[in-house]
Amino acid sequence: MLAEYFPILVFLGVSTMLGVVLLGLGSLLGPRRPSSEKLSPYECGFEAFEDTRSKFDVRYYLVAILFIIFDLEIAYFIPWALALDTLGTFGLFAMVIFVVELVIGFFFVWKKGALEWE
Amino acid sequence: MSPELIAQLQFVLWTVLKIAGIMVVLILGVAYYTYAERKVIGFMQVRKGPNRVGFFGLFGKFHFWGLGQPLADVFKLLLKEIIIPQNANRFLFLLAPILSVAPAFAAWAVIPADDWLVLADINAGLLYVLAMTSLGVYGLIVAGWASNSKYAFLGALRSTAQMVSYEIAMGFSLIGVLLLAGSLNLTEIVLAQSGGLFDWYWLPLLPLCMIYIISGVAETNRAPFDVAEGESEIVAGFHVEYAGASFAVFFLAEYANMILISALTTIFFFGGWLSPFQNAPLLGDTILGAGGVHWFLIKLVFFMFTFLWLRATFPRYRYDQIMRLGWKVFVPITIAWVMVASCMAVFGIVDRGV
Repeated sequence: MLAEYFPILVFLGVSTMLGVVLLGLGSLLGPRRPSSEKLSPYECGFEAFEDTRSKFDVRYYLVAILFIIFDLEIAYFIPWALALDTLGTFGLFAMVIFVVELVIGFFFVWKKGALEWE
Repeated sequence: MSPELIAQLQFVLWTVLKIAGIMVVLILGVAYYTYAERKVIGFMQVRKGPNRVGFFGLFGKFHFWGLGQPLADVFKLLLKEIIIPQNANRFLFLLAPILSVAPAFAAWAVIPADDWLVLADINAGLLYVLAMTSLGVYGLIVAGWASNSKYAFLGALRSTAQMVSYEIAMGFSLIGVLLLAGSLNLTEIVLAQSGGLFDWYWLPLLPLCMIYIISGVAETNRAPFDVAEGESEIVAGFHVEYAGASFAVFFLAEYANMILISALTTIFFFGGWLSPFQNAPLLGDTILGAGGVHWFLIKLVFFMFTFLWLRATFPRYRYDQIMRLGWKVFVPITIAWVMVASCMAVFGIVDRGV
């Protein structure tokens, strides 16, 4: 069984090598003439006057948390979807209860304004 | 050496050769996909697109519609300087493109182009594909953070939030496919759709299919959802600071991902390598009725074309509109249709499994 997964491991290695080789080729073939102007971070016509490592909008964080919750729900759905043959109508109703609770949570998040962007 | 060891070495070598074959096809595909993109959008906007670079002047004044352009692009990108900004975290800055290209290519290990043409026919194929498409987000956020540039950082935040939001809609769409197919193995998912055009899952799962395609466009950060690189707002998003080969690797990853999403749409909703005329009264017995790589390629190219078509047609969405579409429209619709699909499966409206 595990032998089927072996090519995948090799493929992951080879595709990582592809990135490494391309970057290596680029640094071998390309010129290297650094200057302070070239190496400064991109900015529209003036010196960057603030550090980038600063505060950012909390909503990005909120989206990340919601993503984890919903992605976990999807992980719950997968085995259920595969076993639906044996579960039958009972499994269907069990999932309806689960989805109702999920939707209540989703509705709460929605009403709290966590999904608003301006 | 013992014969066992030789056999194992042969197996490893054979695997590496097959992988090299897949990668060569993919890289060529990406190169000529960029060419097709410029040509297609060129013709849609009533202009010509690239038509100057022939094959290195070999044919005198014949340019062959500019077919040499992608090769010229590759050499140009490789010969340029890789700029590493002063304040950047050097290690992460160089790691990011690798992190984004590796999963984009590795996902191809389980994609079946025909019932025999697949590298690893594993029984958790769909989970593996989900995992690989999710991993792409790391390359992005690492690139944005390591660049230590305002534009790159904001672009990375935006695209990350967008990608994870649409991943939920994508995941729920795939639950619908699982419900009807009853298997995680991609070959079995395709075989479960056999019977002809109206047995493919686009019909019972029509809303999920539409959402999957649209989410795929958003997931790859393509127009009209390409706010990450909105030129008028944050220049090029997370890869502002990348140049030369390091940019080329990001580019490769983006286009490989587009081809991947097209292949997945084909497999999950449009019957993979199956023929639309299978079991049809007249055409079913002819060559058109037989499934094969050609049908897979035709469908694949159609969905790849759709990506370009969308880009040439729609204006860019605003960021708050993108997030609203993902969370307030797609998530409720997919949850509702997953329940509809489970009813279809349980009450036998659609035959479940192979």
